[in-house]
Amino acid sequence: MDKPIIEVEGLSKLYTLGSIGATTLRDTAEMIMAKVRRRPRLNGKPLTAHFAPEQVGPVPHSFWALRDVNFSVQPGEVIGLVGQNGAGKSTLLKILSRITEPTKGRAILRGRVASLLEVGTGFHPELTGRDNIYLNGAILGMKHAEITRKFDEIVAFAEVEDFIDTPVKRYSSGMHLRLAFAVAAHLEPEILLVDEVLAVGDATFQKKCLGKMGDVARQGRTVLVVSHNMASILSLCQRAVMLKFGTVAREGPVQEIVHAYLENSKPEEIVALSDRHDREGDGSVRYESLAIENAAGGSSIRTGSRCKLTIRYKSAKPIRHARFVVTICDLTHVSLLQLDSEATGGLPETLPAEGTVVCETEALAITPGRCYMNLDLIRGHQVVDRITYAAYFDVDEDDYYGTGKLPKREWTMTVLKHRWSSAPGAPVS
Amino acid sequence: MKAEETAAAASMSPAPFEIIIQPNQSWLRVDWAQLWEYRDLLVLLVHREFASKYKQTILGPLWFILQPLLTSVVMTIFFGNVAKVETDGIPHVLFYLCNQLSWSYLQQNITVGGAVFTNNSILFGKVYFPRLVMPISVIASNLVACALQLVSFLIIDFGLVVFMPGIFTPGTDRMHLTPLTLVLVPLLFLHTGLLSLGVSLWMSSLTAKYRDLNQIVQLIIQFWMFASPVIFPLSDFPIKWRWLAELNPMTAILESFRLCLLGAGTLTAESLVMSILATAFLLLTGILVFQRTSRTFIDTV
Repeated sequence: MDKPIIEVEGLSKLYTLGSIGATTLRDTAEMIMAKVRRRPRLNGKPLTAHFAPEQVGPVPHSFWALRDVNFSVQPGEVIGLVGQNGAGKSTLLKILSRITEPTKGRAILRGRVASLLEVGTGFHPELTGRDNIYLNGAILGMKHAEITRKFDEIVAFAEVEDFIDTPVKRYSSGMHLRLAFAVAAHLEPEILLVDEVLAVGDATFQKKCLGKMGDVARQGRTVLVVSHNMASILSLCQRAVMLKFGTVAREGPVQEIVHAYLENSKPEEIVALSDRHDREGDGSVRYESLAIENAAGGSSIRTGSRCKLTIRYKSAKPIRHARFVVTICDLTHVSLLQLDSEATGGLPETLPAEGTVVCETEALAITPGRCYMNLDLIRGHQVVDRITYAAYFDVDEDDYYGTGKLPKREWTMTVLKHRWSSAPGAPVS
Repeated sequence: MKAEETAAAASMSPAPFEIIIQPNQSWLRVDWAQLWEYRDLLVLLVHREFASKYKQTILGPLWFILQPLLTSVVMTIFFGNVAKVETDGIPHVLFYLCNQLSWSYLQQNITVGGAVFTNNSILFGKVYFPRLVMPISVIASNLVACALQLVSFLIIDFGLVVFMPGIFTPGTDRMHLTPLTLVLVPLLFLHTGLLSLGVSLWMSSLTAKYRDLNQIVQLIIQFWMFASPVIFPLSDFPIKWRWLAELNPMTAILESFRLCLLGAGTLTAESLVMSILATAFLLLTGILVFQRTSRTFIDTV
């Protein structure tokens, strides 16, 4: 096996927070006072409230953003870095791209590195597209001659041929973005570090970016991608590393890691809806509880079961024109079904301030496996209450087709009653 | 890197080098080779600074000349005509214009260069390149303005000699241009540039940590101006206190400029040596402090 192109050994990063990261003289004075008082507090809350206990650092107001991270990447690998907000992904990428340095440990990169932590950094609005291509290219580490060689290609990729001598401040935001990505995409480093770049732009552009990244990977270069978008991680990477509380929680084949990540990012089932605080919406109506059972009132849901959902809600005053939406999705957040009270109708125009709504379904044609439910309460175009992964249920196997055979979840997510037939005779023509 | 590692790396990838990232405790480590690698960026940053500065202004690059010219006119009126400052027999206009050559260069450098971290925090947080490129590019791009000012100075000097010879004190050297001037003036600009680079590196490192200092940078420059022979020549200082003025590294620079271009100035070997030593000291310590700051600056933004 080749020598790893990226080797990370015991990498740790300690951050100091609150009054210790002093930026003004007054802060320094406060820092000294804080040190004297020895009371590590952040915004009034004890520091431990924000981090896992293991992350609390050795001095007050400090925490380990990364703790003893080890992994290695082989040349030509496309590796995904996943983890929740605050898991340390960005910090790791910042260290690898030399924007900041680690507190402990080391990383060895065997090749030219380019990092794309944001597209278009260093663009100067007053300069023309042409000047900015050169400037941005140089900032990203390209030589003048190299940029000249790829200039036409970059312009063509960005589709800004007619505006190349116009100051970029006159560009539309789409053109700006395309140009920025085009420059970055034409870097030819051995190691490319990418952070959430794909989260920008319209769908067509994202597709183009994804395609370009795939090309880069196919050319045998090593790519390290950080993204919250599991679909792009799945399509780009072969292997992934999951960070949790600043340490490597797991690493392995991408499907396995994405699965583990999504599994991990769910709230525990025991959390009652009334205790969920990670809601969106104006909050004038709140979901209180959600229960799912089969039509007969039992708790087991099978492929082909009719289901009954009971939702309890609470509001200060009677609710008018409320639209209840339950989205049933799988682990990777792909929506399988949506139960939408507006689409079907049936709920009265005004609902009492507190009460329950019940939704009864036809046979649930979902393959065995776990399903998650997202709750939305919408009034007009306004989200009133939204809870992601409000609850989950397991679909058990059943003899849906009456043959004792049922497709597995890995093969497909839904099933459909259907018939096959045959007819004699030779094929037409 | 050990020999066998080098060989392994060479066989593996087309670019046989390693980047080792680790906590760097040494203050002394400056990666000069890498700075050289990024020389194209330096050129482009100079271009950016210059090209974008007066975009969408009516007079455009003329401002490079007009700003110091107007300052000199104001100084001539107030210090020359009203306060009647004694200027070594040099016409007031030329005296102040000549001082502006180095002083406005220094001032521009420190104003922009001293805020390198604060002004570029977004860029520095997103992409790596040797941070030293930034302040150096500031110093280099301002040099373009210097060249324009020098040309305008020479034109005005020549114009006065031809059309208003009466303002020159009889017996003084009117147009003081020798082949030596051609060598010395660029060297003096270099000296000013390096001095202001040293100060900028210190300023930017300190303002990165203590934002309060941003507010007093202009004040410091102003105090420094009054302590330098910008308004009065060194010869107007009481002899008793001249040594104090000569501790100021700008004294020798300002006097040398006048000596070179106008043929009148008070330059002692001590003050010149003092200035060179101070420049070297500020520059070297500045580079180290700057490097130190840039390593973890982004954590404190």
